[in-house]
Amino acid sequence: MSEDEEKPSVDLADRNVRIGGAPGSGGEFQSPFPDQVLENVLENVLIFLTSRQDRNSVSLVCKSWYRAESMTRRELFIGNCYAVSPRRAIERFRRIRSLVLKGKPRFADFNLMPPDWGAHFAPWVTATAAAYPWLEKIYLKRMSITDIDLALLAQSFPNFKELVLVCCDGFGTSGLAVLASKCRHLRVLDLIEDEVADDEVDWISCFPENETRLESLIFDCVDCAINFELLEKLVARSPFLKKLRLNRLVSIGQLYHLMIRAPQLTHLGTGSFSHTDIVAQTDQEPDIASAFSACKSLVCLSGFREIIADYIPAIYPVCANLTSLNFSYANITAEQLKSVICHCHKLQTFWVLDSVHDEGLEAVAATCKDLRELRVFPVDAREDSEGPVSEVGLLAISEGCRKLQSILYFCQRMTNNAVIAMSRNCPDLVVFRLCIMGRHRPDHVTGEPMDEGFGAIVKNCKKLTRLAISGLLSDRAFWYIGHFGKLIRTLSVAFAGNSDMGLKYVLEGCPKLQKLEIRDSPFGDSALRSGLHHYYNMRFLWMSSCRLSRQGCQEIAWRLPRLVVEIMRGHTRDREEDEMDDSVEILYMYRSLDGPRDDAPTFVSIL
Amino acid sequence: MEKSEQHERDLNFAGTELRLGLPGIDDLKKQVQPSANKSNKRSLPDMNENCTSELTGNTSTPQKKGHPAPKAQVVGWPPIRSFRKNCLAKKNEAENSGVYVKVSMDGAPYLRKIDLNIYKGYKELVKALEDMFKFSVGGFSEREGYNGSEYVPTYEDKDGDWMLVGDVPWDMFISSCKKLRIMKGSEARGMGCVV
Repeated sequence: MSEDEEKPSVDLADRNVRIGGAPGSGGEFQSPFPDQVLENVLENVLIFLTSRQDRNSVSLVCKSWYRAESMTRRELFIGNCYAVSPRRAIERFRRIRSLVLKGKPRFADFNLMPPDWGAHFAPWVTATAAAYPWLEKIYLKRMSITDIDLALLAQSFPNFKELVLVCCDGFGTSGLAVLASKCRHLRVLDLIEDEVADDEVDWISCFPENETRLESLIFDCVDCAINFELLEKLVARSPFLKKLRLNRLVSIGQLYHLMIRAPQLTHLGTGSFSHTDIVAQTDQEPDIASAFSACKSLVCLSGFREIIADYIPAIYPVCANLTSLNFSYANITAEQLKSVICHCHKLQTFWVLDSVHDEGLEAVAATCKDLRELRVFPVDAREDSEGPVSEVGLLAISEGCRKLQSILYFCQRMTNNAVIAMSRNCPDLVVFRLCIMGRHRPDHVTGEPMDEGFGAIVKNCKKLTRLAISGLLSDRAFWYIGHFGKLIRTLSVAFAGNSDMGLKYVLEGCPKLQKLEIRDSPFGDSALRSGLHHYYNMRFLWMSSCRLSRQGCQEIAWRLPRLVVEIMRGHTRDREEDEMDDSVEILYMYRSLDGPRDDAPTFVSIL
Repeated sequence: MEKSEQHERDLNFAGTELRLGLPGIDDLKKQVQPSANKSNKRSLPDMNENCTSELTGNTSTPQKKGHPAPKAQVVGWPPIRSFRKNCLAKKNEAENSGVYVKVSMDGAPYLRKIDLNIYKGYKELVKALEDMFKFSVGGFSEREGYNGSEYVPTYEDKDGDWMLVGDVPWDMFISSCKKLRIMKGSEARGMGCVV
């Protein structure tokens, strides 16, 4: 479109003379010309400005700057796909090369939202197909995408290079097949935690026959059988491939064959790390350790979906260089972990299952002095499960990993003292998410609520922007958050608080709050009202199974016309009950420039 | 049992009804916010058990009409994505109930490993073996074994004896089978007599 528009050429010498004030035959053109010049200069400068927050500021200076900014923005980030319509976005920004779109709120991941709620990619792909033929990159999170959308994408963007889909659904291997065959310049195809339907199409076979430009191929979530020989050939003809994450149907023998073809890999997802049902009688065990030795650039390791512990030593050769290790699908013991982790001195990101017990975490703390991010997931994700990790592990980590920035910790027992210790030992914490799985569990030593622990976190961790709380919590915890959590952008609350005051403290006290998700907490209409001054500054508010009434939500909708207020029933209720009951099961509200969406399903009421 | 208790509570029969469970459970269930009394509470596990046992089937609690207080929802708790839950659940199942045995066939260069639990009976198992190794067994009878087959499925049991597949009841077979071997018919001919 405007790509080929010729800019009027600028002669700077001329400009200087004119600004000098000499009236000339071109006098009447003097006034617009310097503006034009300025705009051109600005555009040339703005090309280097990538931060979207800075760009937003730039666009507010004046109309000229607004125009220059909109012509030079290359990446369009839309944090809530319903906050703006595709039409409005493409009218303002004409030269987008990269699109980031986020759809459903995070609690949809946990089945709290009925299916088919929305966040469809279709209107976006249709609009951008026409407006941005030079589009190169698309990143989607929690969107509903169909195979038709993927086909349209593949045929509309001849220069398409990168597709990253995170937590998306609605498509299958037939969509992937179209992408693979039509996107000739594809460099990145990253499918991360998506739900991909098995259409029994061998999409790997659809990549073009000649050398590919693939740099990253991530498909560990695609639970469909693939033709291994074709995958091997694909890897062999992809000399630029650096990141490869295999699905769990790839056996360790097959992994070996792939690794020896791609020793240049930096990121590897190992697939099952186990045998499939075929084990050749005559074949020896694959020398998987030598394959790892050959991968001198490997820094990120994941997979291990069905790990056979005997093979763990195979990864020793790469441990010293690893900065990221994901064992969160590997049900291994403390001993098995220790044998690996003792070599991982450079580790910065570590995901693991609680099967390693507190003892395993102590080993991590002893070696991984550079650890920035830790996630501990439960093997048994039920409320009344055993809980092999506790405050002991948390304390050890806090003492050993002083540079910790981000933690997600699932457990069954915790103490305030351990959390307080972490708040003191790890002042760099930006993300603190503690999930005590048993609801309303107090400090298991003192019997006190967990208020003081979380209070210490918000007080001592001055860089904290994301917080998730759990356990027995009174309004006091919320008072702490409102009082100290001045940088908090994302807050997750579940089964917490005593009264409306809890929510009020937060809404009145946290000026940077963007995303607030609350479930099963006793907050009602009065608390909701206390955030009126702030809702336009937020990306969204989610409240489910709280104490809201339709009337209360309606009032918010009246007072804030630019807010879209969605009320939903959970998928267990009938339509008839709607008329009888004034209580609101799910409230999801967000600001929008274009009013209520037109694709809302019947179980959603927009007030 | 738990479901009918829940139902009766909602209809407020609690006052006159004789029910099982500790006194005060009713109040705990309705009261979502914790109070000072609760801090040393072990009755909470009762509440949890009630809910969890209703919901381990992964369905959400059906909500009763006119129940205004926030319900103790356990859908989506703990907050683990279903992808991860399913992956680990598969593994737990496998560890708890998978019966993996190696299957070899005389003359074939490779072994297979199968999970006996996924088959409902001998018929399915034999069919699967036939598909896997491309042979056929013909008919099986109590008296004559696999008469007239080129290949015969056999297994080694806990005691180290080699038996014909099909000799013992299926459940007994599953718990005693250590490995399977598809023998050449000629070798297996003597086995019909073992039983």
